[in-house]
Amino acid sequence: MSDKIAMSHEAAKSEANEMNQQYVIDVKGLVKRFSKKVAVNGVDLQLKKGEVWGFLGPNGSGKTTVIRMICGLLHADEGSGTCLGLDIQKQATTIRRQTGYMTQKFSFWNDLTIRENLEFVARLYQIKNKRKVINDTLIKLGLFDRQKQLAGALSGGWKQRLALAAVTMHKPKILLLDEPTAGVDPQARRDFWDEIHRLSMDGMTVLVSTHYMDEAQRCDQIAYLAYGELIIKGSVKEIIAQSDLYTIKGTGEGVRALMHELKTFEFVEQASYFGSALHVSGHNIDLLKQGIQQAQTKLGIKTIDWQEVPPSLEDVFIALTQRTGGDKRGFV
Amino acid sequence: MGSLSRIFAIFMKELIQMRRDKMTFAFMFAIPIMQLIIFGFAINSNPKHLPTAIVAEEQSPIVRTLINAMTHSQYFDLKYSELDHQQAQLLLAQGKVAFVLYIPKGFTQNLIKGERPEILIVADATDPAASSGAISFLNTIFNRALREEFKGSLAYLQSRPSPYSLIVHPKYNPEGITQYNIVPGLLGVIITMTMVMITSMAMTRETEQGTMENLLAMPARPFEVMIGKITPYIGVGAVQTFVILIAANLLFNVPFEGSVSFLGLCVAIFIFANLCLGFTFSTIAHSQMQAMQLTFFFFLPSLLLSGFMFPFRGMPQWAQTIGEVLPLTHFLRIIRGIMLKGSQLQDVQSDLIALGIFILVVGTAAIFRYKQTLD
Repeated sequence: MSDKIAMSHEAAKSEANEMNQQYVIDVKGLVKRFSKKVAVNGVDLQLKKGEVWGFLGPNGSGKTTVIRMICGLLHADEGSGTCLGLDIQKQATTIRRQTGYMTQKFSFWNDLTIRENLEFVARLYQIKNKRKVINDTLIKLGLFDRQKQLAGALSGGWKQRLALAAVTMHKPKILLLDEPTAGVDPQARRDFWDEIHRLSMDGMTVLVSTHYMDEAQRCDQIAYLAYGELIIKGSVKEIIAQSDLYTIKGTGEGVRALMHELKTFEFVEQASYFGSALHVSGHNIDLLKQGIQQAQTKLGIKTIDWQEVPPSLEDVFIALTQRTGGDKRGFV
Repeated sequence: MGSLSRIFAIFMKELIQMRRDKMTFAFMFAIPIMQLIIFGFAINSNPKHLPTAIVAEEQSPIVRTLINAMTHSQYFDLKYSELDHQQAQLLLAQGKVAFVLYIPKGFTQNLIKGERPEILIVADATDPAASSGAISFLNTIFNRALREEFKGSLAYLQSRPSPYSLIVHPKYNPEGITQYNIVPGLLGVIITMTMVMITSMAMTRETEQGTMENLLAMPARPFEVMIGKITPYIGVGAVQTFVILIAANLLFNVPFEGSVSFLGLCVAIFIFANLCLGFTFSTIAHSQMQAMQLTFFFFLPSLLLSGFMFPFRGMPQWAQTIGEVLPLTHFLRIIRGIMLKGSQLQDVQSDLIALGIFILVVGTAAIFRYKQTLD
């Protein structure tokens, strides 16, 4: 009898451990103030091992601040959390050893060569077999022949690849990427994402902040931040479903002229023209339809073909941004 | 006309940026005020109250009159008396006194006899400018005092040109060559300037170029960053030392009395002190420009209050107190001591201790100021 109790007690304990272990990043109620301005106001995030999370939100919504708090570069004013089971407030140094953080701006040394940059990183992390690891990294990057070039001479896309290689060389368990693909061409972005998925297959947990919708679609989970608050999180499907948004797509001659007219309605969350079609979104489908009729009649346009389509992620996010406020950072 | 409005546009932009840069604003006031105070109040090229030791082999009313006259002149402060010859030499070697006055046995008797006995004054001539003023006044001081004394039966001594002969012995630098004083000092000045400037810029460059965030995100502790950053520049300082010492020997024939390896050790400590300060500056400055300004702000008093350009003992007490804080002040005493006097550890240990305290205080400040976060 007593054995059984002991057993179940043990089982409960290991289950609790399992629960803790389940989340590689587990933070709650993170708050950060800069002087008196609240930059991040109570953000919770739970990332499971091997997941790729997209971190979205308008400029100045606090994405960078959250990432910096997770890797211990900023001290959270309130809230608590763990990375890999280590306290983010007290064990930041230990977390750093197992984390790769790629800054928004290229922050490797422009006046060191590609190889020297990698050597520096390898030494700091005390990587074993330094020569081999660096050579392998250079070959994988396709930079082996250019290893003696100064990092500052690389183009944006190459800098970004170098930075990713440098922050993953020590095989971190967590990878934090702050707008890694800003200003990089589509091909390089695609390669970059292939690499991220490969890393996540190896069990690396990845948090990427981005403004690109196509990149958001590549993530397992998305967290949307606005004005320092976490507005919504979930998979792409869940987020679209949760949004309660309806979108009507109009094609035909003169459809663009309707955009400004439609924007004046309060119930129209957004109207935007792309791919030679006008996308009109709102939360009330009946009002939307009425509005469209009204606008058409007013401008005397009749040649438009209308049909209801599922809202895109971009529609959802722009609607969210408009509802929650855009860049309210002011100045820093 | 178009050109004028474009000039105005740039002028206004510059004005706005200048106003935002608080450091520039502060320096606009701080530098002139500092200069005014140092040049106006602190610097005195004709120093008074120089510490003096007296070795008097006899005591007589006339000897007492001479000693009193010396102290009253305000050029000489009687710090030690009733010493023997060796004790006095040691004080001079350690730089605790600037002069030693010897009055030989039988002085009074020979004086009365009219035999013009000798008085010997030994001066520390490592800084010739500092001692020359006081020495040139010494004859006047003595003659005036003796004139009062030579009355009545001694009145016959008045008519003579001078009843005694004053022998001046400028020790350590008998020819009073200025270079002997300047060249070793220059080593300290050059090290101060380059070391503080290079380190303070090296760190702010990381901040300015955004690489600081990366460095912080990687596992390196503050003291590791500090030591790693500072050490290469010790090599830079070593090269400078080498160049200056060779030049001192070949171009200026500055003597080298002491031990080269001991000097090397002292230079290393001095370089380290300056690097610590540069590192601290780099944690305060937000840009390389500000780092430069801070360096200059430190360099100016180092140059003027350390005893490099003007006699240290000529400055008022408050200025000497500031001077004691500066590493260059202590280094000048050490290097002049070793090169010109052949000083050893016991002669310069108080200055070495002062440098040690400076390193401890400034180094601790640097580590505390170096932030591991971006807060």
